[in-house]
Amino acid sequence: MPIFGNKQYFRVKLEAEERGKDEALWLKCKSCGQLVFKRQVQQNRNICPKCGEYFFLTARERIKSLVDERSFRDIARPLVAVDPLHFVDLKPYPQRLEQAQQETGLASALVLGRAKIEKLPVILAVMDLRFIGGSMGSVMGEQIVHGLHRAAARRRAFILVSSTGGARMQEGILSLMQMAKVSAARHLLAEAAVPFISVLTYPTTAGVLASIASLGDVTLAEKGALIGFAGPRVIKATINQELPPGFQTAQFALEHGIVDQVVSRAEMRGEIARLLRFFVPGSGKMKRVPSGPTARQNGR
Amino acid sequence: MDAKRAIAELERKVGELNELGQREGLALSEEIGCLQARLRDLRRSLLPAQATPEWETVKLARQPQRPYPLDYLSRIMEDIYELHGDRLYGDDQAVVAGLGRFAGQTVVFVGTQRGRSLEENKRRNFGMPHPEGYRKALRVMQLAARFGFPIFSLIDTPGAYPGIGAEERNIGGALAESIYRMFQLPVPIIVAIIGEGGSGGALGLAVGDRILMLEHAVYSVITPEGCAGIIWRDRTKAPEAAKALKLTAPHLLELGVIDQIIPEPPGGAHHDPDAAARALKEALDRQLQELLKLDQAELLARRGEKFQRMGCYEELTIAVGQSKEG
Ligand SMILES: [Zn+2]
Repeated sequence: MPIFGNKQYFRVKLEAEERGKDEALWLKCKSCGQLVFKRQVQQNRNICPKCGEYFFLTARERIKSLVDERSFRDIARPLVAVDPLHFVDLKPYPQRLEQAQQETGLASALVLGRAKIEKLPVILAVMDLRFIGGSMGSVMGEQIVHGLHRAAARRRAFILVSSTGGARMQEGILSLMQMAKVSAARHLLAEAAVPFISVLTYPTTAGVLASIASLGDVTLAEKGALIGFAGPRVIKATINQELPPGFQTAQFALEHGIVDQVVSRAEMRGEIARLLRFFVPGSGKMKRVPSGPTARQNGR
Repeated sequence: MDAKRAIAELERKVGELNELGQREGLALSEEIGCLQARLRDLRRSLLPAQATPEWETVKLARQPQRPYPLDYLSRIMEDIYELHGDRLYGDDQAVVAGLGRFAGQTVVFVGTQRGRSLEENKRRNFGMPHPEGYRKALRVMQLAARFGFPIFSLIDTPGAYPGIGAEERNIGGALAESIYRMFQLPVPIIVAIIGEGGSGGALGLAVGDRILMLEHAVYSVITPEGCAGIIWRDRTKAPEAAKALKLTAPHLLELGVIDQIIPEPPGGAHHDPDAAARALKEALDRQLQELLKLDQAELLARRGEKFQRMGCYEELTIAVGQSKEG
């Protein structure tokens, strides 16, 4: 059943069955090579019980791991991607989109909702790596902007959880422009003094890292994340030498001043809540000076 | 050779499946279709790469005799004074930035600069900036904002440098910061893509009120080679990727990403750099006169709106799983 082919739009419900889950009982860990019981992995937050390797979470799994029960509501606009370039690929882009929608049950690579984290209201935007590599095209760009507007207007903290290979090649230059679009809208939060916590997970790379994911007030890296602008293979091919061990890991990002903390999956929810409490309105005693370039220009 | 063997193998499998399907009365069309698609790709990979007009433009845009930012700036400015260093780490010479006198007024210029000799290219890293390049440019653009100097940004880069040092010094963050801050500089910004506009490394200096593009320049989310590598696992298919990416000026004008195409002398800018510089100067001057009529608030609002309009999607009516927004 083509769920979007007939032009209907499905909102994300956390209670719904996850699509695209295969029936296998066991899976082989890519890191340690051991066969592990799948249910056990799931109960362990998708972390290998044998070696501690982090497997990525789908957007639904991620949201469930972060928000208070029954607090999540999908607030995305009912947008679906089109094929502005009539992009030539092994598979036509519309077909690739439909397949991604079928496999994930999502309309796009970004799920946007309002929710509560330990009772604190947030706007939550979460990428799904299964949806064309979690890539940012026009729809994701517009949904992020929508989320920023909503967060600023309702004075809810904005939480972005990135899991993406970067810009969506199939939308060509328009996907590159999404980097500018979302970066421009980020100032809405600054003007409204609404906090933005950027959570970098496996992987946060290229066009998303070089835009919205790097613009948080606080930036957290999940353990097991890959964080880098250029992919390791591209770098290796360019410099023609081996990459140092631990390159582009969460720890690397911390050591090089790129993120504020490295946080385990189990602690992420509590860590975000703890951070948010510092930003609860009225926490600062200083009167805020109007920000923004115009205010600054005239501020003499 | 591998491809030829793989083709023979696949053909055999398709034959077997067909036979099996008929013999056992099984519906195997999906499996067979899959193999046949793979066969098509393999056969195509054996053909010589097709030249495409877009690829010809890519070659022109990368032509090593093409004028670079400093070649244009020395021709269109009465005086230029280059400034150096990001005050944090170093001076990235893949990026140039400084003060200029343009049509009687002071402006600030930034740009990505390739080298012409091997020696100069080593120094300029083939026009591929490190984080400190973007931080230098931003520092100088913020100087422009303090004094009300308009900004010209001339872009010609394969992209930001993919290297260990660049990652260690947070190239992603440097690009994001530059893009974000450029939306807040309350002075006119005119961007001109003069050669290769390579992905995020180009966009890092390409936020502006007007985006101009030389006739034979290209601007893309990924290099044709990189794109071909991803789609066909074969970088020699770059000409086809160039076509698919729609990276030439007329396409970008149609997509609403650029505002004006600046014609080049016959054969390309390198055939007559003086004429190319005159055309660029005229375009910059005309756009600047228009932008100077706007007050700061209007300028910034329009710059933001310009980029908010970019993109292409369809909005549906909600029919299933509808829930109230709050
Ligand atoms: Zn393991």
